[in-house]
Amino acid sequence: MQELMISYLKRDSFIHEMTGATKLICLVLCSSITMLTYDTRVLIGMLVFGIVIFKFSKVKFREVAFVFYFILAFLLLNNVAIFIFSPYEGVKIYGTRTELFKLIGPYTITIEQLFYLLNITLKYLAVIPLALIFMTATHPSEFAASLNRIGISYRIAYAVAIALRYIPDVQRDYQDISFAAQARGIDLSKKEKLTKRIKNAASILMPLIFSSLQRIETISCAMELRAFGKYKKRMWYSGRKFAKKDYLALLMVSILFILAMGVSISNQGRFYNPFRVQ
Amino acid sequence: MKENKLLSVKTIVAIGIGSAVFWVLGRFVAIPSGVPNTEIQTAYGFLALMAILYGPIAGIAIGFIGHTIKDITMYGAGWYSWIIASAVLGLIIGLAWKKIRISEGVFGKREIVIFNIYQVFANIVAWGIVAPTLDIAIYAEPMNKVYLQGIVAGLSNIVTIGIIGTLLLTAYAKTRVKKGSLDKEESRSV
Repeated sequence: MQELMISYLKRDSFIHEMTGATKLICLVLCSSITMLTYDTRVLIGMLVFGIVIFKFSKVKFREVAFVFYFILAFLLLNNVAIFIFSPYEGVKIYGTRTELFKLIGPYTITIEQLFYLLNITLKYLAVIPLALIFMTATHPSEFAASLNRIGISYRIAYAVAIALRYIPDVQRDYQDISFAAQARGIDLSKKEKLTKRIKNAASILMPLIFSSLQRIETISCAMELRAFGKYKKRMWYSGRKFAKKDYLALLMVSILFILAMGVSISNQGRFYNPFRVQ
Repeated sequence: MKENKLLSVKTIVAIGIGSAVFWVLGRFVAIPSGVPNTEIQTAYGFLALMAILYGPIAGIAIGFIGHTIKDITMYGAGWYSWIIASAVLGLIIGLAWKKIRISEGVFGKREIVIFNIYQVFANIVAWGIVAPTLDIAIYAEPMNKVYLQGIVAGLSNIVTIGIIGTLLLTAYAKTRVKKGSLDKEESRSV
């Protein structure tokens, strides 16, 4: 089983040196920008900003390339689906209709639709470099501390920390169980019929889930023994104090947020419309 | 020590481990159903089990955290419209928690019916209303596309949770000692 997932990469960059809380707040602000606005200029700006920061983080593109290809494939499928279901969504939004050429049946390609699809693609894509940086530059145990720092109850932060800590363990359990089942002739691959496959999946699910429920008992007993949850607050081993660059980063992203919102509001509506006759 | 009723230590750990298992199942134990882009997601059967065992808070949190980690490690970003739908699904199924006394080993016909009514309702709300509405609000996607996606996802999840969730709960109930299953010797011998 291949290890295809995004995880922390140790690098010597100022982005890695910032506290997890700073990076989390910046990411939340930046994703709010891309979720709220539909302004092409803002979205392109965010994408460029993300790529520049990505360069600074010293993470190499090939280390995260597989995720990028996943996303591209997803976006391509999504765009085709949108076009099939609603070929004139862009015309509806922008209010004009400039036909390029006729495809088959009711499908005609219009500039407005292409522009709308470009916007959707940008909207999904714009935050991805930043999210990738966050994932590769924040250590999981610092992540929990930073969740608590931005005001989320430490109980929930601890639950997230447990999830990140136990993913490799549960994954190993799953592999052990699945190999053992396969050795006994329980097939999960395409060769089996669908109903048989579901049944076979269930036979792997049972031991995995029951061992996990057992794990919950063990861990919660251990935590109760150590009086987890007695106090209102809690310290974090990997929590760090804010430094100058943290305040600077926060200030910069806040300004970016205000700017982006200003530009979006000046559009009279959520969409930037280059087709409107002045 | 005063126990925090809403979020006991056990619930916190259940959320953590539950999210990890949700992730593993979502990554490795999804069976293609034959319809493109639709998989039989065993993870949702597990989410239903956890929601019944540990309640609505655990349901909402496992749905949210598990799905977020899955999206982020796979695509680098979260699709919040669908993540929130998963959380809503966990929450609504979790509301049946008090009605089904699974920890006492009771899971008969009546409980199966209650569980399935809740899960069908939860799926309709999550995939039929929450996910498409948010898709339109956040990403301004065309209406007919997102509703069709929602209906397909909802139906496949209703079937998945109906089969796998019910199987898991039945199996879990069998491992519990039934309340009052032990008799005093005198009362038997008479």
